[in-house]
Amino acid sequence: MAKVDCNIDVHHITRVEGHGNIHITIRDGKLIDAQWAVVETPRFFEVMVRGLSAERVPFLTSRICGICSISHALASIRSLERAMQIAPPPAAVRLRQLAMHGETLQSHALHIFFLAVPDFVNTPNVLPLIESHPEIVQAGLRMKAAGNAISEIVTGRCTHPVSLVLGGLSKAPDRQALEGLKKQLEQVLPDLDLTAQFCTTLSIPDFVRETEFVSLQNGENYPAIGGDLVSTDGVCRDENDYLAMTNEYKPDFTTTKFTRLSRESFAAGALARFNNNYDLLRPEAQNAARLFGLEPVTHNPFMNNIAQLVECYHIVNDAIALIEELLDAPLEKVKTAWKPKAGAATGAVEAPRGILYHHMEVDEKGKVVRGDCIIPTTQNNANIHHDLAALAKQALSEGKNDKEIQLLCEMLVRSYDPCISCSVH
Amino acid sequence: MQHLGFSHSKLKIGSFDFTCCEGCQLQLANRESSLVEFLDLLDIRNFREISSERHDDYDIALVEGSISREDEVQRLKAIRNQAKVLIAYGSCACFGGINSLKNSFTTEQCVRDVYGDSHVDTLPVRRISDVVNVDFSIPGCPVSKEEVEHIIVSIATGAMVSLPKYPVCVECKQQLNTCLFDLGEICLGPITRAGCKAVCPTGKTACLGCRGPAEDLNGASFLQLVADRGLSMDELDEKLRFYNCFEDLSNGKS
Repeated sequence: MAKVDCNIDVHHITRVEGHGNIHITIRDGKLIDAQWAVVETPRFFEVMVRGLSAERVPFLTSRICGICSISHALASIRSLERAMQIAPPPAAVRLRQLAMHGETLQSHALHIFFLAVPDFVNTPNVLPLIESHPEIVQAGLRMKAAGNAISEIVTGRCTHPVSLVLGGLSKAPDRQALEGLKKQLEQVLPDLDLTAQFCTTLSIPDFVRETEFVSLQNGENYPAIGGDLVSTDGVCRDENDYLAMTNEYKPDFTTTKFTRLSRESFAAGALARFNNNYDLLRPEAQNAARLFGLEPVTHNPFMNNIAQLVECYHIVNDAIALIEELLDAPLEKVKTAWKPKAGAATGAVEAPRGILYHHMEVDEKGKVVRGDCIIPTTQNNANIHHDLAALAKQALSEGKNDKEIQLLCEMLVRSYDPCISCSVH
Repeated sequence: MQHLGFSHSKLKIGSFDFTCCEGCQLQLANRESSLVEFLDLLDIRNFREISSERHDDYDIALVEGSISREDEVQRLKAIRNQAKVLIAYGSCACFGGINSLKNSFTTEQCVRDVYGDSHVDTLPVRRISDVVNVDFSIPGCPVSKEEVEHIIVSIATGAMVSLPKYPVCVECKQQLNTCLFDLGEICLGPITRAGCKAVCPTGKTACLGCRGPAEDLNGASFLQLVADRGLSMDELDEKLRFYNCFEDLSNGKS
């Protein structure tokens, strides 16, 4: 006989960035309650930014997140450059794109190997894998190191970038360092194949709850910095219309806000980018997707792990191509001089965990009057919350016990790669 | 583990985060080339960000972040009770860090501006040493993995641990950088504790002082330097306040 009662209470879920709790109560086979409660302490960045000089803003907002600091710096920079009509030189545009690749590669590698994979092989963390799967761990470390190397060479440091500034970059990377970086990335190509082969042996939970996927789209390349705001339900809006895409509200049981668009919730992140921009992935990435039968539009949130791996293929190959382009031209001009000017605009970027908005308003002296940041995990929180209820119901009907349901729920939350301290900024 | 023929027992360590971006914890997983050897020094008893195993028998507690809510005070005190050695790491833990910028506003104003009428618990930001006794501090935003690694290895092998006493300027000169003051910028390199290899001025951006004051700094002479160059005192003040670790200087000048 199927089990009909279940109580799950996970306090401070592990192997995610930040503090969140899962509460699920099922009685007599009926779901009484399923909550994704974020209990992180808020930091109030929108208040801190007020009155700050525009040039200092990216150095502050990068501190919203230890994993995606480059995305935050670039979202602020893009919003402020658009607000003050500053155009960075073409070389800086390419270098910023490369920096985004570096950050996403290290973030995805960290998530896949350190945070997600242990669940699939039944270990509490990555450490036992150093013994049992040394070649996979080494491949993961090389991928992560390559991502960090990109960030260090392009932005001066892998966490909290140094040289990303308004107008471009404060310093161009060294040509020799770029050449070395290209070699390092080429050496990572076989690691991607090794990881893909390993991942095909993992059993991805079969769970589908149809939802809406939101990401950037620019029609020319796989999105990273700026573009239209689109959804798989057919919404398409201008970058400055970010509030119409997010519709934030705050439920009582959590310190983070929730968002919605065409339905009760939507998802952002690697799977959302994949679902909206499949045609713009490099062929190597599309081939990798085929290995897993991953195609647009996929609604299984556990496949976000695979979408991240597919993006790693895209990133490594695209980064190599970008470095070749950069080495083909002189790298002297990487910054445009600018003067403060009153204005307001949105900067949207695709952070590793999904679409990220910064909106800044500055006065004629270049001081911030008002700032607003909407984080990918904030946008995923409602989707996680609704997924948990559906997943618990499905697992219960399949006759799974409390422990199995709890593990599945934790795996679901980790699949979104939530960045909780980011979401409660 | 073996070092110079001696064997040492692994350090029972816990890593804990409070109000922050968790970027310092993340550094522990960086420097991939030495990561496997580094982890071999440690018996990780509690590290929520990377492991589902949680035990409370750690000897060394690495504490990241600042304190901004009552439940954090209780959690921190419990960690202090357990740990033989408590190390505050990162500028948020050591000085309050950028989080302290919030303290120029009332908590009511912060909550109203960000959350409207919803109730959100928050307190003015405090550093770790405002709440419990701290045995050792490793500053930086983020901390340098190389420095953390060096300190952990020193603890494991029973060697002395210390931070550089001289300012970032010394390390900047070693990198043969053009001085940012000569490019018309205010850089806190002359007054900030070294140990970061002058990473910011090497990237041609001004040091914002994330590692806190160097020992025996000459504040008066530094303020004079900024004045002599005709640079903006407002900008200097914004920089001195950024990580909340030059209180005396920023108050002294205004």
